[in-house]
Amino acid sequence: MSGPAIQIAYLLSTALFIFALHWMNHPRTARRAVLAGVAAMALAMIGTLLGFHVVNWDWIAGAVALSFVVGIPLSWVPLTAVPQRTALSHAFGGLAAGLVGTAKYYLWLSEGPENLTPFRVMAIVVEIILGFLTLTGSLMAAGKLQEVRWIPQRPVTYRFQNQSNLGLLGIAVACGILVVLRPVEFSYLFPVIIGLALLFGVLLVIPIGGADMPTVISLLNSYAGLSAVAMGFVLDNKLLVTAGALDGSSGLILSIIMCRAMNRSFTNVLFGAFGKAQAVAASAETRTVKTETPEGAALIMEQANHVVIVPGYGMAVAQAQHRVRELYDQLTKRGVDVKFAIHPVAGRMPGHMNVLLAEVNIPYDKLVEMDDLNPDMPQTDVVLVVGANDVVNPAARYDKTSPIYGMPIIDADKAQMCFAIKRSMRPGFAGIENELYYADRTFMLFGDAKAVVGDLVKQLAESGAAHGVPAAAAAAR
Amino acid sequence: MKGRYGVAVATLLAMAVPVAVTGSEGSGAGGGSAPGTDFVSMLFVFMLATFIGIGVIMRVSRLLHTPLMSLTNAISAIAVVGSLVITGGDHPTFITIMGAVALFASMTNIVSGFLITDRMLKMFKKQERSQP
Repeated sequence: MSGPAIQIAYLLSTALFIFALHWMNHPRTARRAVLAGVAAMALAMIGTLLGFHVVNWDWIAGAVALSFVVGIPLSWVPLTAVPQRTALSHAFGGLAAGLVGTAKYYLWLSEGPENLTPFRVMAIVVEIILGFLTLTGSLMAAGKLQEVRWIPQRPVTYRFQNQSNLGLLGIAVACGILVVLRPVEFSYLFPVIIGLALLFGVLLVIPIGGADMPTVISLLNSYAGLSAVAMGFVLDNKLLVTAGALDGSSGLILSIIMCRAMNRSFTNVLFGAFGKAQAVAASAETRTVKTETPEGAALIMEQANHVVIVPGYGMAVAQAQHRVRELYDQLTKRGVDVKFAIHPVAGRMPGHMNVLLAEVNIPYDKLVEMDDLNPDMPQTDVVLVVGANDVVNPAARYDKTSPIYGMPIIDADKAQMCFAIKRSMRPGFAGIENELYYADRTFMLFGDAKAVVGDLVKQLAESGAAHGVPAAAAAAR
Repeated sequence: MKGRYGVAVATLLAMAVPVAVTGSEGSGAGGGSAPGTDFVSMLFVFMLATFIGIGVIMRVSRLLHTPLMSLTNAISAIAVVGSLVITGGDHPTFITIMGAVALFASMTNIVSGFLITDRMLKMFKKQERSQP
């Protein structure tokens, strides 16, 4: 295939990528998006392979075969593990970009330093810094999400953390500038940059708590895309630049949406160290909460007109989505109007709850955005909180000392009654006490989310079979 | 809100400026195959693609943010193009090995990224059919 033909293949590939993203704007057209993406990728790969004289077919075949062996099982992970898988694949993306940049540098260095123009070296430096920091940062994020034992779940903080991190990045950039200016004389600095980028990736993610993971994952998504853009500049390849830019802007927008949903800035998420208020929260006096049995809760929910379910990460951890579906069925059968309130940062990645609920076939018009549902909260009879915590904490509205102050929340406390399912009174991932649990109209249902929702379903099924439990029993409460 | 996206675009462009400066120097001093005009056209491509990306992504349904992320993940595995060039070329073995690892990493993202995106989207599609 000749030069122009390859460029045309790349052009078509770019158009298909844009269509792929465009078709993601509605579930109806979304599956077409995958087809377009696959076609675009196939075009890009075939165009590339036909474009130059390939020597090492054996290496290519081996790597591709191995990637199918690893990639196919990776796509079977349970939906609750999707955040980890996503973080892991960002790590792979970073690794690929970093290695291509490194290989290209040493190749040009050995073939002739005249190839190492300042512009190319600059692009290589950007590519490897972004690539390798994405690699280790994403691995740390994946480890935190998978709850690997030797990776601390809680934010790790120490004195002068931000200063030392920024200092480290500064050294890496300074080394980068030296390599750009004198690519041959300072070639020994190249591994140093790689090492610093790897270290910086780890240090960037360890102070970030689980509640901020949606933002971090989006941001790493953006970095993976931008490193592909830098690769495009290195290899003088427009397809890499366009596809990378699409990915980079996607990650950027998702992180902006996530930040806005928490009313925080980028810098605050990255350098704010969420865990600092823990000491304050722990010192609060022990207060009592009211508990309710699943039997009682089932009776009340049965009598309600409007029920709102607020899912959170706890639902994912307990794999409770199937029970939630059964509960939805039981209540709907009785003419109860059931909606799901979705907070943008519920769960560990953007849209996490939507996918889990789609898995169990909850109609997606029942999944309502926080802003659309909050005005109806005072007319809601019962709110059932399934494993959500910070996103329903009313302290965000009034407690200026709370780390989540100012974050938009789902107004679960404004409903007529609230049931919260929780394993114990231990504070959530962010380490903040939740005022909602102490409110007058809140009743706790202690236990594993899956077990408790299962009990609720069982109660409803039995009372349905017995036909008609006296309404007085519920009214008496 | 619009301002925020403006800031985002400005940041992306600001990142490109130092590249622009060294690039134009490079065309004079280094010669080689990175002439200034070509490089500026790359910047144009980058900027326009970023604008298109922002425009398209902002209209993506919030329901689909998780599949969107796995889809863009597969798309960013376009790094496979670079990996193929490195692996396939006639280079010293250590370069080929680096290329092969990069190829493995990006191909894994392509395979698992598209498959899992499709798996998630099937769930939304299923509903679409069951509901008249």
